Amino acid sequence: MSCPRLCGSSAAWLILNSTAVHGQSAALNLQAPATSLARMEYDLHTMLLLVTGAIFLLVLAVMLYAIVRHRKSVGHEAKPFHENTTVEIIWTVLPLLILLAIAWPATRAVLNQKSTHGEDMTIRITGYQWKWRYDYLDDNFGFVSHLATPRAAMAATAVRPEHYLLEVDEPLVLPTGRKVRLLLTANDVIHSWWVPQLGIKQDAIPGFLRDAWFMVDKPGIYRGQCSELCGKDHGFMPIVVDARSPEDYARWRTARLQQLAASADDPSKVWSLAALRERGEKVYGQNCLPCHQASGKGIPGNFPALDGSPIVNGDKAAHIRIVFHGSQRNPAMQAWGKQLSDTEIAAVITYERNAWGNNTGQLVQPAEIRAVRGGSG
Amino acid sequence: MASGAADKLPTAHKPHGLGRWLFATNHKDIGSLYLWFAFSMFLVGGVLALCIRAELFSPGLQFFQPELFNQLTTLHGLIMVFGAIMPAFTGLANWMLPLMIGAPDMAFARMNNWSFWLLPPAMSLLLLSFIVPGGAAAAGWTLYAPLSVQLGMGMDLTIFAIHILGVSSIMGAINIVVTIINLRAPGMRMMNMPMFAWASLITAYLIIAVMPVLAGAVTMVLTDRHFGTHFFNAAGGGDPILYQHVFWFFGHPEVYIMALPAFGIVSQVIPTFARKPLFGYSSMVYATSSIGVLSFMVWAHHMFVTGMPATAQLFFMYATMLIAVPTGVKVFNWIATMWQGSMSFETPMLFAIGFILLFTIGGLSGVTLSVAAVDVQLHGSYYVVAHFHYVLVAGALFSLFSAVYYWFPKMTGRMYVERLGQLHFWWSLLWFNVTFFPMHFLGLAGMPRRIPDYALQFTDFNRIASIGAFMFGLGQLIFLINILYSLRHGKTAPQQPWEGANTLEWRLPTPAPYHSFSQPPQLETAENGVVLSMRDGGQV
Ligand code: HEM
Ligand SMILES: [Cu+2]
Repeated sequence: MSCPRLCGSSAAWLILNSTAVHGQSAALNLQAPATSLARMEYDLHTMLLLVTGAIFLLVLAVMLYAIVRHRKSVGHEAKPFHENTTVEIIWTVLPLLILLAIAWPATRAVLNQKSTHGEDMTIRITGYQWKWRYDYLDDNFGFVSHLATPRAAMAATAVRPEHYLLEVDEPLVLPTGRKVRLLLTANDVIHSWWVPQLGIKQDAIPGFLRDAWFMVDKPGIYRGQCSELCGKDHGFMPIVVDARSPEDYARWRTARLQQLAASADDPSKVWSLAALRERGEKVYGQNCLPCHQASGKGIPGNFPALDGSPIVNGDKAAHIRIVFHGSQRNPAMQAWGKQLSDTEIAAVITYERNAWGNNTGQLVQPAEIRAVRGGSG
Repeated sequence: MASGAADKLPTAHKPHGLGRWLFATNHKDIGSLYLWFAFSMFLVGGVLALCIRAELFSPGLQFFQPELFNQLTTLHGLIMVFGAIMPAFTGLANWMLPLMIGAPDMAFARMNNWSFWLLPPAMSLLLLSFIVPGGAAAAGWTLYAPLSVQLGMGMDLTIFAIHILGVSSIMGAINIVVTIINLRAPGMRMMNMPMFAWASLITAYLIIAVMPVLAGAVTMVLTDRHFGTHFFNAAGGGDPILYQHVFWFFGHPEVYIMALPAFGIVSQVIPTFARKPLFGYSSMVYATSSIGVLSFMVWAHHMFVTGMPATAQLFFMYATMLIAVPTGVKVFNWIATMWQGSMSFETPMLFAIGFILLFTIGGLSGVTLSVAAVDVQLHGSYYVVAHFHYVLVAGALFSLFSAVYYWFPKMTGRMYVERLGQLHFWWSLLWFNVTFFPMHFLGLAGMPRRIPDYALQFTDFNRIASIGAFMFGLGQLIFLINILYSLRHGKTAPQQPWEGANTLEWRLPTPAPYHSFSQPPQLETAENGVVLSMRDGGQV
C-alpha cells in the first residue's frame, strides 16, 4: 500500500488510508463520522477495539511464552497441576467487570440512538426492489431514487465512474443541523437503510413502520447501500444523502416544489403513440428493466419475457391488470398502480406493446388507467 | 492395555462389499461414511465459496449474474453448515464416543444407518435445485421471509431438504444422548467423562431442541408460499419479523452446535500434547453447559437493526456479552493446561493451538458485535462474514482437522505423514488469515455482505481476500493427499502414538478392532476420561 496518510479522530485513534490503484482509498476503520450518532458509535468501537485487542495480546503473549518455554524439546518437565480455585475465580470475575465497564457507555449509546422524539422534520423512506422512495412528509412530496451507474459499467471491460454503484439519480436532500426523523417501511421484502457516516442502519419492513433519527453536522454527500439481502439487485440499491446548509436546502426545496407543480402530468391529456412510447421507455428503464431486461427477454425461469408475451400482445385489459395490480402467482411482479402515475403506467404499457418484436400498434391513454384506478377504489 | 482374554474371543463377522456400507450398523463404518461425506461436501461448499470469491476479485460482474451469485452464497452457507460441519462432528462422535466411554457400539445401530443415509438425498435435493427453473434458493442461508416466499421452486426443494436434514440430525443426536447416558462402561462416571463426550452430549441436546424450530420456520414459509397462509405477510395479518425470531431461536444455538464439539476436541488434544491433565475440568463442564443454556437467550442479537425497542436491545446485548464469560473461562483453561506443560507440536496440537488463537479473535469480534450501538454499523456487513468465519473455519473446521489427525492412527492403524500435516496447518493458518482478516476492514469501511459487485474503494481488500481463498482452498488438497496416501502407505501406527494420551480409546489395539468392548471393561477413571486402570473389555 503506497502513500499512507494518517488522520486523527475524536478518540485519537488513527485511520490508515492508502491510495490504491483506483485512486480510491482503502480504509482500516469505520468511515469518518458526520453525525453525533456516528461519532458515538465510532468512539465505542474504538474503545472495544482497544479492550479486545489488549485481551487478545495478553492471551497471545501468555500462550507464546508457554509455547517457547514449556516445550518438551527444551527439556521442560510437565507439572501436573490441574486446578487452582483462586485463579479460576479471578478470571471469571475480571472479565465480568470488564463487561460491566463496557455495558455502561453501550447502554447510554443505545438509549441515545433510540430517542427519536423532538424532530425538526420527518422523511418517510420506502424500500422497493430495488430502489428507495423518499417522502418529505412535512411538504407532501416525494420521489424515487435509483442507481445511476449505467448497467454497461458493470461489464468486465467498462471504465467505471468514481462513485461506481454509489450514485443515484435523485439523492435525498436534507438540511444540516436539523434533527431528521426517519420513518422506514418497505413495499415487498425487507431492505435495510445504511449510511455509515450518518451512523444509521435500520431495516425497512413491509407492513410495519420503524423510526430512526440523525442530525448531520456538515454539508456534504454521504453514501451508503442497502444492507439486507433483498433479491437479485440487492447490490445495486445505493443511498445518497446530500446534506446542505439550511439556506441551500430551503432554496432546493422551493425550486423542487415549483418544478413539481410545473411538470405534473395532466391525466386527461391525450398523447400520441410516439410520445407515449418515448415516455414509456424511460419508465421501463427505471422500473421494469432489472427483471424483464432491456431486451424484453426477461430472465428465463425467474422473470418472464415480454417480447412476444401473450399478455403484452393480447387483450389490453389483461395487460393493464397485471401491471396495475401485480401478479398473483409471482409476488416479485409488484402492483405498480401504487407506485406510478396514470400517465406513467399508460406510457410503459404502450412502450411494451410496441417495443422489441411486439408491434401491436396499440396505445393506452392515461384516462384508461384512471378508469381502472377509479374502478379499483 | 487389551487383556489377553479379549484376544481369544471368536472373530466376529465383518461385512464386505457394498452391503457393508449400505446396511452399515457398525459405528466405525457409519462414522467413516459421515466423515467422507462431510469432507466431500466441504469440497463442494468450498468450490461454491471460490466461485463467490472469483466474482468478487474485481468490481463489475465477471462470471455470474446477480441471481446466480445469490444462489451460490446461499448454497455455500447451507452446505457448509448442514452438509460439512454438522455431519463431520456427528461422524466423529460416532467413531470415537463408543471407544472413549467403553461402549460396544452406538445405542441404536440401525437408526444410525438411517440418520446417515438421509443425508445424501437431502444434499442431492439442494444441489438439484440449481438446475430447476428459477434456480436454487437465493435468500441467504437464513432464508428470510418475505424474500424466500418470492423465490421459485428451488426454495421448495430447499425446504424439503431441510426437513430431511433435520430428521437426520435429530436421530443422530438421540443416538449420542442415549449412548452416553446408558452405555458408559462401569467405572466411568459422568463427571469423569472425556470433555469430547460432554461436548457431544450438550450439542446433541441443542440439536434436539432447535432442529424442530427450524423445521417449523421453513414449514411456515412453505405454507405461505403455497397454501395461502400469511404468517410473514403483514397484508394478511402476519409479521415478517416473526420469521427472524423463529429462525434465530434455532440459528443462534446452531452456531454453538458447530462450536461446542470443537471445544470438546481441543480439550482432548491439548492435554495430550502438553502431557498434563486438562486444567479446570469441572469448570469446563459447567462452562460448556452454561454456554449451551445461554445460547437460547440471545437470539435477537441477530436482529438489533430490525427496530426492537431499546429495552429488548439492552436485554439481548447484556445476555450476549455474558456468554463471553464462560467462553473466556474455557480459553483460559486451555492456556493453563499448556502452562508448565511439556509440549510437543504434532499436527493435531498445531491445529488445536491455531483454533484457540483464531477462535479468540472470533470471540472478541463477537463481543464487539454484541454491543447493539456498534452493531448498527457492522450488521449485514463483511465484518460479520469475517467474525463468523473466524468461528466456523478457524473454530469448527480447524478443530475437525485436529481431531482427524489426532485419531487417524487409531482409526486406520497407520500414521499420517507428519510433514504434510504440518504443511497443511501452516498453509491453512496463513491463507485463512489472508482471506478473512481483511474482511473486518471491508465491513468497517461499509461493504454490505451478499453483494455480487462493489464500489471501487473495496477493491484492494477483496483482491487480497480472493487470493487468500484460492490458496486456502488449494491447501485442502494437501490434506486429501495426505489422507489418501497414508491410508495405503502410511507407517504402521503403534497402539499409543501420542505419549501423553491416556483416555480409553488408546487402550484398544490399533487399528481399533471392528467390534470393540463387546464386554464392558471394568474401569477406574479420573477427570476428562483419563483411565487409571482397566480390566477385561473384550474386543474382536
Ligand atoms: C473454506 C473457505 C471458505 C471461504 C473462502 C468462504 C467464503 C465465504 C464467502 C465469500 C461468503 C459470502 C459472504 C457474503 O457475501 O455475505 C461466505 C458466506 C458464508 N459462509 Fe463461508 N467460506 C469458507 C468456509 C466456510 C465454512 C467452513 C463454513 C462453515 C459453516 C462457512 C459458512 C458460511 C456461511 C454460513 C455463510 C453465509 C451464507 C449466507 O450469507 O447466507 N464458510 N463464505
Ligand atoms: Cu434492498
